[in-house]
Amino acid sequence: MSDTATNPVNPYLRLERMPSIWCPGCGIGTSVNCFARALTQAKLDLKMTSIVSGIGCTGRVSGYMSLDSFHTTHGRAIPFATGLKLANPDLNVIVYSGEGDLMAIGGNHFIHAARRNMDLLVVCVNNFTYGMTGGQVSPTSPGGATYTTAPFGQFEEPFNLPHLADSCGAVYVSRWTTFHVRQLTKSMREAMTKKGFRFIEVISPCPTLYQRRNKLGDGLDAMKFYKESSVVKNGADTRDLNIGFQTPITVGNFVNRSRPSFIEAQNKRYTEVFGPSYKPYPEGPHGNGANA
Amino acid sequence: MSDNEGTKKPKKVLGTVHVDRDRCKGCAFCIEFCPTHALELDKGFNAKGYHPPVLARPDDCNGCDLCGLYCPDFSIFGVMTKVA
Repeated sequence: MSDTATNPVNPYLRLERMPSIWCPGCGIGTSVNCFARALTQAKLDLKMTSIVSGIGCTGRVSGYMSLDSFHTTHGRAIPFATGLKLANPDLNVIVYSGEGDLMAIGGNHFIHAARRNMDLLVVCVNNFTYGMTGGQVSPTSPGGATYTTAPFGQFEEPFNLPHLADSCGAVYVSRWTTFHVRQLTKSMREAMTKKGFRFIEVISPCPTLYQRRNKLGDGLDAMKFYKESSVVKNGADTRDLNIGFQTPITVGNFVNRSRPSFIEAQNKRYTEVFGPSYKPYPEGPHGNGANA
Repeated sequence: MSDNEGTKKPKKVLGTVHVDRDRCKGCAFCIEFCPTHALELDKGFNAKGYHPPVLARPDDCNGCDLCGLYCPDFSIFGVMTKVA
């Protein structure tokens, strides 16, 4: 086989860091693959795109992408990204992190960034557990599943992430599994060209901890489960999107609306108050209503 | 292709896959979700001891690159070439 052809995602990766630390059968790499293809399709200026991650398995994404990247402290990906966006509004800022990082320790930052409609794209890879630290209960862990910290079964009510993002005011909310690669790529592409707080949840297998401790097989079994039991319901009411232990997963694009972003609202208010003496803050690459 | 040449339309595109064997971790996503079931696990090992995929039925491959989209380790991708 002639190996003159190169992989289309190679230009987006730091090849000297390959292979990745992710376990065989982990879905994070698949989501990164879709993300790299969405970057190509959305025709974003890569010099003006930056990716911010927190801590965790998914937090390693920022280290593997050959974009301007920022690997921040635990849970603080969104505050760093907010600062990055406000300091240089011309950047496309993308937050790529796991659910333990974004929703547990960084939960407060998440809801307030969504409330302000900060101009960020947040990709949250949800594997129902803390992978890097050994399989503890995370905010999305389904009831009844066993974990290192819940050997008799988890009994807390898990987060319904699309409902959380929707009710806090995100302008674009979707959920896909790592089985739905084409749909996930399309959602990422749409979200990249939109303005405001956009949220994509990616359900991913964790073969080493979640699957193994609950005797659910390996990563491939999880992918087959997603194939058989996920229901595509675009525009579904986000209140109905709870995920139980091995129950059907509703996926789709749920919310797509527009609302003034933080910088737009600030400019509008200060122009009203100060009149022509106020110099509007630059609104960034999708400014002047050019968003899709 | 030679058996049913009279009934099948001639192919307009030929597909093939390229595999970076040493990046593969043997998760078999590409083999499971290949629409034409053209891939199989290799009998041999790569440097890390995993079985990488191999194009077992080259005639079936249409180069759709779905394997490339599924691959978590960026080790496989499909290409289409037009038949002259």
